[in-house]
Amino acid sequence: MALLSFERKYRVRGGTLIGGDLFDYWVGPFYVGFFGVTTAIFASLGTALIFYAASLGPTWNPWLISIAPPDISYGLGLAPLREGGFWQIITMCAVGAFTSWALREAEICRKLGIGYHVPIAFGVAIFAYVSLVVIRPWMLGAWGFGFPYGIFSHLDWVSNTGYQYLHFHYNPAHMLAVSFFFTTTFALALHGGLVLSAVNPDPKGPGNGEVKSPEYEDTFFRDTIGYSVGTLGIHRLGLFLALSAGFWSAICIIISGPLWARGWPEWWTWWLNLPIWS
Amino acid sequence: MSTYAKTVTFGVTLGSLVLLTGCELGPKTVSQVGYRGAGLNQINDPDHMAKAAAIPAAPYAVPEDTGPLASESYQNVQVLGGVSAERFNHLMAAITQWVAPPAQGCNYCHNPENLASDEKYTKIVARKMIQMTWNINTKYASHVKQTGVTCYTCHAGNAVPQYKWTDAVASPNPGRIRGAKFGQNAPDPNVGYASLPSQGFTDYFQNANQIRVASSSAYPSKNHVVSIKAAESSYGLMMHLSSSLGVNCTYCHNSQSFRSWSLSRAQRATAYYGIRMVRDTNDQYISSLQSVFPAYRKGPLGDPYKVNCMTCHQGLSKPLGGKSMIADNPVLKGPPIAQAAVVPAEGGPNADETVPDAFNTPAAMTDTTKATQ
Repeated sequence: MALLSFERKYRVRGGTLIGGDLFDYWVGPFYVGFFGVTTAIFASLGTALIFYAASLGPTWNPWLISIAPPDISYGLGLAPLREGGFWQIITMCAVGAFTSWALREAEICRKLGIGYHVPIAFGVAIFAYVSLVVIRPWMLGAWGFGFPYGIFSHLDWVSNTGYQYLHFHYNPAHMLAVSFFFTTTFALALHGGLVLSAVNPDPKGPGNGEVKSPEYEDTFFRDTIGYSVGTLGIHRLGLFLALSAGFWSAICIIISGPLWARGWPEWWTWWLNLPIWS
Repeated sequence: MSTYAKTVTFGVTLGSLVLLTGCELGPKTVSQVGYRGAGLNQINDPDHMAKAAAIPAAPYAVPEDTGPLASESYQNVQVLGGVSAERFNHLMAAITQWVAPPAQGCNYCHNPENLASDEKYTKIVARKMIQMTWNINTKYASHVKQTGVTCYTCHAGNAVPQYKWTDAVASPNPGRIRGAKFGQNAPDPNVGYASLPSQGFTDYFQNANQIRVASSSAYPSKNHVVSIKAAESSYGLMMHLSSSLGVNCTYCHNSQSFRSWSLSRAQRATAYYGIRMVRDTNDQYISSLQSVFPAYRKGPLGDPYKVNCMTCHQGLSKPLGGKSMIADNPVLKGPPIAQAAVVPAEGGPNADETVPDAFNTPAAMTDTTKATQ
């Protein structure tokens, strides 16, 4: 990747969170940093363990390979490698790699003097993963409540875990998460469509095909729904919608079990039991 | 901290506290019912689990089965005639304790002036219920195993068991938007408060409607035409099974395939026989008493109170916490050999250990081309 003429001056020393000048350099286009090194170590070790654990399993069919967590009888202790221990170490590597990556992003933000929006956003994704394999298992008292690492097997886990609450669509946080996921894609489609419409104008229309300014984009939505969130606002909205989707996904699984053990439809009896009409 | 930040912090804190009031705090009991990591777990909040009813002490120790028969000692003993009078009296004392309101005692079923008289409907019902208990304990070992049932399993000290059902009254205004509910969209406890159809008891526990809805193929087939409403109706019935036993779907099923018996636990076969036991009980022993029950012991459509899973289970995976009362009440184990009709065990003599033949050909259960032949 060629460097742009103005790019080099942003490659400055300093801004590291840990390690001072150690690893404060680039390899080709990539910034390394202390957390780049830890990312590489965790990711390599975790991936190697996935392949090793898979080699001990019954299949090389990529759909069916599964590395499962321990039996819940092991509680929050360590399990033998072939009985869930691999899953435990791979989970540690995954959390280590994801967190290192977020901190590496933070270091780059510090070098550039920009906000931490990207590492914070990635942090929400890490939180969603950690809630599944650390927070909820810890609250329920056994690592065995984490999901298995396999393409089909993790889908079975999702399905079975949902049916532990009889009908998961009644989970209020799941409702919020699903709504935010849909709204995120809806907002992204509107935003993408609007930008492309301004830079691909009708050649025979007003202005004879000259690219239109953001005022045209704002006017489109003012004419349509009476309000435009604006060129900066749409990105604030987009970030809020996307992070809310991930956040409520994490909440919906954390509350399932640790904070509610019955069917989710029954949770709504609080509404039926309101003193107004009960 | 700015006013804005303070307001947001206050709002989030207050909102979180309000939401937590809808939670079950405190430790949960957990158990694993399948391969590790498959999500096959039972998670329960001990504070909200049903408690097994206390089993009352026997009126007195069960006597030896010797001496004159009940039919020799008493008049008009139609069902228990082959039992010794000693054990007959013991059972009468137990039934009084289990079923009769304490204020009425024996007189709840008997005319104190003439105990042999059949003038009270309760006595006729009790006679049929004893036959029903025998039928369950002899024909349905596939469901009740060696634990068996007694009157107390369902009655638990009540003249009428607490949990029962009758045919539902149709919506009074089916032509109006608010009235056209088609038996669903109401938070019915029988379907776990979901919006699923809740008329399943009539369809599945009286009529033998097809519960299985899954196809053999991922693609549409003219051999398998089952409506989505039928699937929802099955789902509603399964909500009843789960709620009645205080378990979740994975107690029996692996949701990878609800249909597959090889993925299911043995508990599903127990439930399979239980559903047939409930149908048999409702058809043979309760509906046949329709003319005997007075109107105040019937539902709004005039059908008698019938049984479902909750009648016995009462929120527990094993009724009464799995405690057997048969040893103390041997008369209820089955009819005396001398006059016992030969009732083949449902599912064969070893049904509590093997799976039904039907399980090997699940497609036959839903394939309509075979059903119509």
